[in-house]
Amino acid sequence: MSNGSLPRYILQRILLVIPMMFILLTVVFLLLRVAPGDPITASVGGKLSPEVIAQKRALLGLERPLIVQYLEYMWNTVTFNFGETITDNTPVLNIIRDNGGATLTLTLGAFAIAVFVGIPLGRWAARKRDSARDTIIRIFGIVSFATPIFFVALLMQLFVARPLGLPTSGIASPKIMFTVATNPTTHVLLIDSAIQGDWGAFGDILLHHVLPCFTLGMMICGVFIRMVRVNLLQTMQSDYVEAARARGIHERRVIKKHAFRNALVPVVTVIGLELSMMLGGAVLTESSFNWPGLGTKLMHYIMARDYVGVQGIVTFFAVAVALISVIVDIANALIDPRVRF
Amino acid sequence: MSSPINPAFETDVNAADQDLPVVNAEDIRIWYGTPKGPVRAVDGVSFSIRRGEILGLVGESGSGKSTIGRGLLGLLPPGSVIDGELSFKGQDLLALSPKERFKYRGRNLAMIFQEPLTRLNPLMRVSEHFAETLRTHFPKISDEEIETRSLNVLKVIGIPPSRWLAYPHEFSGGMRQRIMIALALVLQPAFVVADEPTTALDVLVEAQIIKILHDLRENFDTALLLITHNLGIIAEACDRVAVMYAGKIVEIGDAVEVFSNPQHPYTQELLRSTITLRTDGLHSIPGAPPDLIDPPSGCHFYPRCPKPMEYCPLAEPDMLNVHGGASRPGSTDAACWHLQLNDVPADKRGPLERDEIAAFEEA
Repeated sequence: MSNGSLPRYILQRILLVIPMMFILLTVVFLLLRVAPGDPITASVGGKLSPEVIAQKRALLGLERPLIVQYLEYMWNTVTFNFGETITDNTPVLNIIRDNGGATLTLTLGAFAIAVFVGIPLGRWAARKRDSARDTIIRIFGIVSFATPIFFVALLMQLFVARPLGLPTSGIASPKIMFTVATNPTTHVLLIDSAIQGDWGAFGDILLHHVLPCFTLGMMICGVFIRMVRVNLLQTMQSDYVEAARARGIHERRVIKKHAFRNALVPVVTVIGLELSMMLGGAVLTESSFNWPGLGTKLMHYIMARDYVGVQGIVTFFAVAVALISVIVDIANALIDPRVRF
Repeated sequence: MSSPINPAFETDVNAADQDLPVVNAEDIRIWYGTPKGPVRAVDGVSFSIRRGEILGLVGESGSGKSTIGRGLLGLLPPGSVIDGELSFKGQDLLALSPKERFKYRGRNLAMIFQEPLTRLNPLMRVSEHFAETLRTHFPKISDEEIETRSLNVLKVIGIPPSRWLAYPHEFSGGMRQRIMIALALVLQPAFVVADEPTTALDVLVEAQIIKILHDLRENFDTALLLITHNLGIIAEACDRVAVMYAGKIVEIGDAVEVFSNPQHPYTQELLRSTITLRTDGLHSIPGAPPDLIDPPSGCHFYPRCPKPMEYCPLAEPDMLNVHGGASRPGSTDAACWHLQLNDVPADKRGPLERDEIAAFEEA
């Protein structure tokens, strides 16, 4: 009974992705059409005659009824046909392939920093409630969460980069962009350099990751600190922890198995939400550090009112968020048997 | 200690300590530190419990019942102090280092709590709870032995082996309390504190749990301290009963004797307050338990006592054996000046003039 429902729960959760994606795609489509202006007027408006503009609009199918455009968009997404961008005629899939790797390593690095700094700090703070270290960690948590990313990026570039000799812009030195990047196998620069055995380039790329990853990681690190701290304080006071102590279970084990593990259940949920938030943060981090990722591309296409480009990248982000939420739900069900109803 | 359910653990020492009381408490005092000053939650409590005996501890909320239970196991919250003499089979527990004392917890002194719904870790299977508990105290125990011993105890308690791998949320409150009891008993402790084990449960389940606790001595030969504010439970399950008021035991004795022939005015009032089918009006004791930061002088009960004397606020009565018992003479001790009138100066025996206790003070 306790085990049989887990596979069913996972299947249920995966099937739920379909309506979720449907809603997400509809919102993406509507948001773009509601915004004023269209790609043609944004790029060449005022320079060409109205007839030529109308002709170009017709070519893109922008004159057709919204419902037709909507159905076409949905069908294209389902068939993975994201089309070519209007402004630079590049297939959206190529953009995602070429720039996705940089965004992936940035967010994963930032996430790792947030988890490996935030969770231990929160745990450490909770062990001595209201001590000096607890207060300092709590203040650090709220400040790191509340400070805007572009401001943290600026501070990093101004005050941290020089003393530590860290690069402040791009994902690699220009020379490497010509060697490793022009010969891609996985399109993830860090992995490509390792595959090619160019360890000098690998180190250089890694160094370029430090500041952007910390900048982005700091934002969610604060959330982890506070979530872990407050949940651990709560479970330490819980009845089952006292009952475990009464059975003579050693304090170290009580903290680890009963208090800390149970405190992580809500944190896992938040990790999922934060991963989605990180995609938004990645856009800001990428523009601050001139990072050749999807965020930078997205900014570029937004400025150009390139429907196809924006639509493609945002759709990709939406799919990523949906997948992350499924993974988090499954992780939660694995940890907490009460979820598998 | 052996039991018909499971073979005794090899490390158990037998024979020599058979006649010693399992737990002997002498003049236990427990303070809680608060911003307003120390609270004397327990103020000079003495009792002893023999093998297989059930002592009921009864009193109002805030009389220090649960504090004693926690104090016995060393589970007092930070900021509290315990003093006095507390021995387990002749070993003074308070003289031990915290680490030494810790070894007694679970293995020798066990506790059953009030709220069974929240006492099991929701992320752990029943089997994991038992494995963790047994492994902590017997690191070399095999998986088979864990399962056999646990299932034997669970069977006696009424949980079928088919639920061995279930999670806590798959059980009802009464079943969870049974699992908690089994979890305490699988270690075959010589002494168990049950702190209001049935308060959160409905009446039918309550009867089942009390039956299980009452059968403990037959199945496990366990000494039990049953903390409750339910006088019916005491009458049903206990051999002896101790009545607490404001951090002190005011009367202790054979359960039948105390119920049929209560000596202390507080016990008498408490028994008058119980509800039966013949009750046609509620009786309550006026006033509220005293502030334990600044308790009343003399006998703590005189402000609410129905028959206080002038001497009562002046000095504190000692516990004294009461000779006039009806069914079992001499089995009761009580602390009241009325029972030791010879020690009260003749000119102080008149009734005490006392301000009326206003109804609003009861809050």
